Amino acid sequence: MNALLNWLDDRTGYKEFVHEALYERIPGGARWRYVWGSTLVFAFMTQVITGVFLWMAYSPSSTTAWESVYYITYEMQFGWLLRGLHHFMAQAMVVLLAIHLMQVIIDGAYKAPREINFWLGLILMQIVLGLSLTGYLLPWDQKGYWATQVATKLMTLVPVIGTKLQRLVVGGPTYGHHTLTRFFAMHAGVLPGMLIGFLVLHIAAFRRHGITVPNPLYRRDSMFWPDQVLKDAVACLGVLMVVLLLTIFLGAELGAPADPSQPYSAARPEWYFLFLFQFLKYFPGETEIWGALIIPGLLFGVLALMPFLGKWKLGHRFNVAYMLIMLAGILLLTGQAWLEDNRGPKAADYQRAVADAEMKSHRVRELIEISEGISEKGGRALLRSDPKTAGPELFKTNCSVCHSFDGHDGTGRPLEKVAAADLGKFGSRDWLKGFIVDAGGPKYFGATVNGSFNGQPLGDRFANGAMSQWSKQHAPKMTGEEVAAVVEFLLAQGDRADLGPVDQELAAKGREVFELGSLDANAEGAEDRACLQCHEMVIGGAPLGTQGMAQAPELTAYGSEKWLRDFVLNPGAPHNYGDRNAMPSYKDRMSQEEFDILMKWLRRQWLERKPGSAADH
Amino acid sequence: MDHQPQPESGPVQDFLNAQEPRRDFFTQAAAVVTGSILGIVPLFTGLAVFLDPLRKRTRRKDGESAGTDVEEGFLKVTALDGLLQGGAPRRYEVIDDRTDAWNLFPQEAVGAVYLVREGEAGVRAFNVKCPHAGCSVDYKPEASCYQCPCHDSSFNAKDGSVANPNSPSPRGLDELDVKLVDGAVWVRYQEFQPGTSHKVPEA
Repeated sequence: MNALLNWLDDRTGYKEFVHEALYERIPGGARWRYVWGSTLVFAFMTQVITGVFLWMAYSPSSTTAWESVYYITYEMQFGWLLRGLHHFMAQAMVVLLAIHLMQVIIDGAYKAPREINFWLGLILMQIVLGLSLTGYLLPWDQKGYWATQVATKLMTLVPVIGTKLQRLVVGGPTYGHHTLTRFFAMHAGVLPGMLIGFLVLHIAAFRRHGITVPNPLYRRDSMFWPDQVLKDAVACLGVLMVVLLLTIFLGAELGAPADPSQPYSAARPEWYFLFLFQFLKYFPGETEIWGALIIPGLLFGVLALMPFLGKWKLGHRFNVAYMLIMLAGILLLTGQAWLEDNRGPKAADYQRAVADAEMKSHRVRELIEISEGISEKGGRALLRSDPKTAGPELFKTNCSVCHSFDGHDGTGRPLEKVAAADLGKFGSRDWLKGFIVDAGGPKYFGATVNGSFNGQPLGDRFANGAMSQWSKQHAPKMTGEEVAAVVEFLLAQGDRADLGPVDQELAAKGREVFELGSLDANAEGAEDRACLQCHEMVIGGAPLGTQGMAQAPELTAYGSEKWLRDFVLNPGAPHNYGDRNAMPSYKDRMSQEEFDILMKWLRRQWLERKPGSAADH
Repeated sequence: MDHQPQPESGPVQDFLNAQEPRRDFFTQAAAVVTGSILGIVPLFTGLAVFLDPLRKRTRRKDGESAGTDVEEGFLKVTALDGLLQGGAPRRYEVIDDRTDAWNLFPQEAVGAVYLVREGEAGVRAFNVKCPHAGCSVDYKPEASCYQCPCHDSSFNAKDGSVANPNSPSPRGLDELDVKLVDGAVWVRYQEFQPGTSHKVPEA
């Protein structure tokens, strides 16, 4: 064995190299305070290793990036662990970087002859921050997408070349495939390459001048190996433990897939950039460039000048004070940003946006599991065509002008004014019962007193119309069973999968009430009460009973998708409201796709996981 | 340690060490020039491709005369009667063919606008993007203003002007050209550079 090693040494000279690497004398002995540089090297090595393995499963394009990250996180074995390690070690690296920098300043390690090494360190810091910024976008989820947009928009503030610079970084006029390919090339190629290069210089320069020892007589001198190496390794182990705990108990999140058409009100940068985000709020109008570029640039410039400032008699004290003030400022701004999002007057909006984001990220996962995969159109298409998530916005834009939904605008926000029936539980037993018993009530036609059509106020045309009067006159005379029966009968027409099985027996009785007005043939005034007096209905191709005056909407297949589509597209047709109509037609209001989604959403027709099959880990 | 240069390997160091037997200037110059060309060819080729996004592209549609209003850049957004007089602004997606490098996504949302009815036949349109940093603003009915969820800029509901003077936004929401054809609202959808007090269209 020894002969073999000697042979190897003869050919390569490795022993001298190893000796030089390991047997560096440490004046004053190995100490815990020297571990921070090593922990950073360890963190970087972890990022390289986990990064390369992530690379093997990642696909940078706007239709595959999110999908491949989804697959890594939820489908590949230990994918969640790999991604979690990379995600949290990146954050640990920023923290370690700050500690390392602070220690260098406190110990005066920036002073001659270590100026160059101090600057190399600052360059390394910029590279690490660049890695963090580019990495944040790569999963292509809503959060990274919208937060990074802000960062690249700010690039346009750079004088003269700003807009061109931004376009080069983004790879075109808007975010897309080339933003990802470019960011990924930076993140996995250019920046790590630069980092390795500068790290070699940094360590070489460090070895040239040796460790900065605040107190050389602290203890007996020792060697890097094994005394300091052991301490470094224990510190690195501590870092790894923290990162592992964060991965296991928090996990790297993956938001809903990025969608340029879906605004994201919860966009925030990574927590360690929050102070810059908050800082921007204080620069109104065209002073933005001061908050975004000039002041941060100047503050960093002072940092770079520390080796020169340190030569001045009080220089070192100034530098330490400067560092502490910067730290305090960063903590203050970060705290302020946190307060505004969690406690301030606008916190509710932010919290709602976060809740919405979490719901969508959960929902898309559910959709993928139900449909057992993602089509080539990507995860974004899954959410966009999902009535459950896309419906509320469409209702808000198109229907909430008049209709409310469970008292709000569909998305949970209050409405200024309601001028038509509340459609929140449209077609359900409760909704139908409420309508029969109190058609003129505020949740139904009563709301129309606030409405107008073609510029004419509606007044009490519906609020006190034929149906409302019928409710007042006849509903009190009906037995509870009669009401429930009609409800069940109407429900049966809608073919609703979400409302539970139809009680066929009750529905048959309901048909009797619908046709004859009562279950009791001798009931007083039953004939006037029959729905058929005003509403036509065809079942199985045959019209029901003797038709009445047909002055009210036809109820054939009432509440079914077909009925709803026809009603919304042709509310003024003779078989719907006819002349009395006060609802605009929804022809040409939105795309066919949007219309389909809205119709399905109103009938709660969407994919749901079967109960009991939920699989969370 | 004194100031002897550290013996390092690498082309530059080799080049310097080779100076001992003094070569003539032309050999050195030729070596430098040749060496540079070796690096420049791949680098410049790569840069040329990298700079591609700066090239002006003619939009696919500009040459065609497919839709009546395509040449003017107007896109149909919705029907006029969806907007109530005196009603709150409503958010609509703007649908157009969207190109993303090698992909064409036909008829997708390319952006969104807030529409406000003004009088009998007037409609104003505002791009939802905040002119500060490009976040999408939300309409807040309780305050009758648009609120940016990122850096707290706020804008007046009716004309999109900056509402709170402390807003970081340098200008009001970007108003877009609107025209009404047969009861439909058409908007010339455009995006503008953020951070300037005047609207500068994105190329």
